[in-house]
Amino acid sequence: MAKKATAKSKHPVIKCDGVYKIFGENTDKLIQASNGVIDVQSFQDAGCIFGVNDASFEVSKGEMLVVMGLSGSGKSTLLRCISRLTDTTSGSIHIDGEDLLAMNDKELIELRRNKMGMVFQSFALLPHKTVLENIAFPLQVKGMSTDDAIKRASAMVELTSLTGRENYYPRQLSGGQQQRVGIARSLAVEPDIWFLDEPFSALDPLIRKEMQDEFLRLQSILKKTILFVTHDFDEALRLADRIAIMKDGIIEQMDTPANIVLNPATEYVAKFTNEVPREKVLKCSDVMDKAETDKKNISGLTVPHDAVIETVAEAVLNEAKAVPVVDDKGKTIGALHRKSIIHVLFGKDSH
Amino acid sequence: MIKSFTQSKLQQFALLFIVFLALCWLVQKPEGYKYFVSAGGGNEESSNWLWRLPALLAWLPAWLADSINFVMFDWITIDVYNELLEDDEEISVVKEFTRSVSWAVLFFIQTIRELLVGGIKTIVTFTSWGFINENPWARLPGLPWTVVTGAAVLLGYNLGGRFLAILVGCALTYIALFGQWEPAMKTVSLVLVAASVSVVFGLFLGIAAYRSKAFEAFITPILGVAQTMPQFSYLIPMFVLFGLGDHAGALATIVFATPPMVRLTLLGLKSVSPEVVEAGLMSGCTRRQLMFRVMLPTARKNILIGVNQVIMGCLAMVVIASLIGATGIGDDLLKALNGLKLGKAFELGVCIVLIAITLDKLSLAWANKPIDYFADLSFSERHRNKFILLAILIGGVLLAFIGRYIFGDGINYFFIIETNKGISADKILDAGIDWFVTVLFEPLEVFKAWVFVDVLEPVRAAFRGMPVIATFVLVMGIGYIVGGIRSALVVGGYLLFIALSAWWDRALTTAYFVAIALVIAGSLGALIGILSAQNERATKVTLIVCDTLQTFPSFIYLIPAIMLFQVSNIAVLIAITPYAMIPAMRYTIEGLRNVSPALLDAGAMSGVNRMQRLLSIELPLAFPHIVLGINQTVMFALMMVIIGAMIGSTADLGELILGSLSDTKGIGNGIILGLCVAFIGLAIDHILNTWAKARKDALGLA
Repeated sequence: MAKKATAKSKHPVIKCDGVYKIFGENTDKLIQASNGVIDVQSFQDAGCIFGVNDASFEVSKGEMLVVMGLSGSGKSTLLRCISRLTDTTSGSIHIDGEDLLAMNDKELIELRRNKMGMVFQSFALLPHKTVLENIAFPLQVKGMSTDDAIKRASAMVELTSLTGRENYYPRQLSGGQQQRVGIARSLAVEPDIWFLDEPFSALDPLIRKEMQDEFLRLQSILKKTILFVTHDFDEALRLADRIAIMKDGIIEQMDTPANIVLNPATEYVAKFTNEVPREKVLKCSDVMDKAETDKKNISGLTVPHDAVIETVAEAVLNEAKAVPVVDDKGKTIGALHRKSIIHVLFGKDSH
Repeated sequence: MIKSFTQSKLQQFALLFIVFLALCWLVQKPEGYKYFVSAGGGNEESSNWLWRLPALLAWLPAWLADSINFVMFDWITIDVYNELLEDDEEISVVKEFTRSVSWAVLFFIQTIRELLVGGIKTIVTFTSWGFINENPWARLPGLPWTVVTGAAVLLGYNLGGRFLAILVGCALTYIALFGQWEPAMKTVSLVLVAASVSVVFGLFLGIAAYRSKAFEAFITPILGVAQTMPQFSYLIPMFVLFGLGDHAGALATIVFATPPMVRLTLLGLKSVSPEVVEAGLMSGCTRRQLMFRVMLPTARKNILIGVNQVIMGCLAMVVIASLIGATGIGDDLLKALNGLKLGKAFELGVCIVLIAITLDKLSLAWANKPIDYFADLSFSERHRNKFILLAILIGGVLLAFIGRYIFGDGINYFFIIETNKGISADKILDAGIDWFVTVLFEPLEVFKAWVFVDVLEPVRAAFRGMPVIATFVLVMGIGYIVGGIRSALVVGGYLLFIALSAWWDRALTTAYFVAIALVIAGSLGALIGILSAQNERATKVTLIVCDTLQTFPSFIYLIPAIMLFQVSNIAVLIAITPYAMIPAMRYTIEGLRNVSPALLDAGAMSGVNRMQRLLSIELPLAFPHIVLGINQTVMFALMMVIIGAMIGSTADLGELILGSLSDTKGIGNGIILGLCVAFIGLAIDHILNTWAKARKDALGLA
């Protein structure tokens, strides 16, 4: 909740307003005929398919928005609208306050060369270039001298733990290593906005977990504004500041992981949340009693507000009194009751 | 009842065939109709339109010839200073343009040629005759054959390892020692220039087709026609536009060799994964950076296979291009064949095949070679090849000088062995062929007579005896059953063009040759393919044989055929068969071998025996692919029938095309006849491809 409040106060890095992406032969004609007012039913009757249906949201600086949906839900299409790899049918997209859709080719290239980086599901490395050359590619395209580009690329190699493999070709690397190269390449130009399109989906489960940890480590250092697309709900819960769940082009719900788990907005969202082990998602601040700050009733033990319930459950259950929850500065902001913990662990009905 | 009928293709085909036979029976050849008697070898006019359509397009060749002549000689004339006449002369813009193109092409061929075998024209171009006379040292000799061979071996070793190096070395040594070095290098110089131009053209046309859907739609049918048109029919326009000589030969070669490059470039660009393109875009590439730094390198393999096909196409044209003045080994071969010096022709043929195999293997090795990158090479390692090359150059030149003392006034075997002065086995070969033919003369004559009287003649009579209406019903009917009304109209259109030209009878004769060749080559090829596919090792061997046979330029197949059967139509068929068998074999093996192993396992668990597995699992699934092979067999046969006109009196379209070569006004005839051949090919191609595609879709194989 606190995060959302700060998000609004800041200037949004990405701002989408009524974004539509409609596929179909007659789309252009229908748009002209309808004067920009889109009636979903009449378009669908004409054989059009909605890739993205009326998406409006903002992403603030340093925030990670994960777009989650099954295949065909339009999540990748939404990402491609915002990176302008595909043309948006209707609506407006602003990047740092600038109108993305009004940009000409030159401005777009400048934007991509300086502000955007993207990681792809199938890695999309250039097969004829080595690891180092792949990472240096966006810099060379920009016109940076080879020496500088190689120097910068070497720093990226170090950052992504690829040291020793600089002169390998993509085909000589494992999937996880290839994606490290993809990540390093996308970060080489030091972009503000980082797009990741199912970056870990093509990897084996164990490698995926390892790469997620690596990704969180990188983000804790870099603090980029991130749009992350995945079909894996667990991955979304693990990584996201906020999650947008998409179905048939529509954003069904957009909220923090905890709120989505606690209050699924639609039946479709509930299907995902029902199977989720809540103790692994919810944090102390999500279930604490905010009114309970009276020193007398609470124990000497404290728990941090952003600790996941699973990690503190045993300790809290062993205490006789409620346990105080403290913020980063050590100030008590609420208390955890044993019954709340038991409810998270065993209660099946929603709040 | 009606529903079940429309659903069964077999019944539709049966009905179509009955209608076809009925039409053949109803519309008989008119009394006194003779096949192609009118001037120019065209059809006789017939009042019965069901028998033959009137030649409404008969004016087309002459009109085409006149138009081209007008554009070439009279359209927009300008005054150009002529050095020889020392006066201005009037010349048309087009003529001036083609002259410049000729000059440029000739210059490049000349430069490479002089590097390889010596000559001074290139030096003269940049200086003057006076300079040469004053400075005798400028009359540089060509490189000794040892140097060229050494360099080629080095290249082979770097691209494909020891085996390729030995192959290249042996091939070039054979050519040098048999005294064919100069003509071979002349040919190589022409091929190198033609291939480079084709590659560059093909690359840019391919890129343009990738970028613009409209351009792709425009160029695709042109590529189709260019690839099915007989090579002969390019020659005449090239001769008219550019005159006689190496440049005209090179330009005709370029026209023939470019289409596969365009296709493979387009294919390569289309198969670049969309994510790689997006990665390029997100890296901030401009359009040009995206094409040249991302897409073309990623499509490298397809493009290099295109380069390989271009080189093979160029070599296939070597002999044919000599008809309009390309010098070199093809020219010598043609002369030897015309003089019936079969032993000599055989040796020359071997040389061409060796050049073809060498260039093929080198370019394929290049295409398949992974690029390796090692940052920490020492100076000597990085420049190793340059040092070896320098050593070869110095060593070769020294050897050539030493050779001068060893061999005295004789042939310097270490420099360049003059044409026809090397080792030769032609006398022995000739004697061998003579002996062979004498011994086999009687039985071969009996065989030829039997084949001609009892097989060829009846089939030919049946083809020519088809009334035009029956042919249309049959072909369009097949088109309709296979691909619906659209296919029927497409193939009907192709047929109509031929029927309205003056050459329907001849087209039927061409079709008869193709049909006979198809039956022999198709069934033999499929049979060998099926047998080879039963065994891992046999598969490998057959595929290697296919690869090797495919590198032989088509003309080569004529040589053994006329050795055994002299100049005759049977020799033509004998030449077509092995050539046209290649795709049938290859596609059959590929089709059978690519059946999913899971299906074979499922079959095995159902308890099929080997025969059942072949008949009820492998063949049905492989059949669409085999049909694609048969389609290629038809195309190969068609191409070979036309070339076969050189060694037999085939009385078909090819004979006329060949005839139009020696006629200065033949340009119109040549082009329209070429189109007729192309349309026969395209019609068959359309039907077989449509069927195979539909069948593959139905089987879920696409």
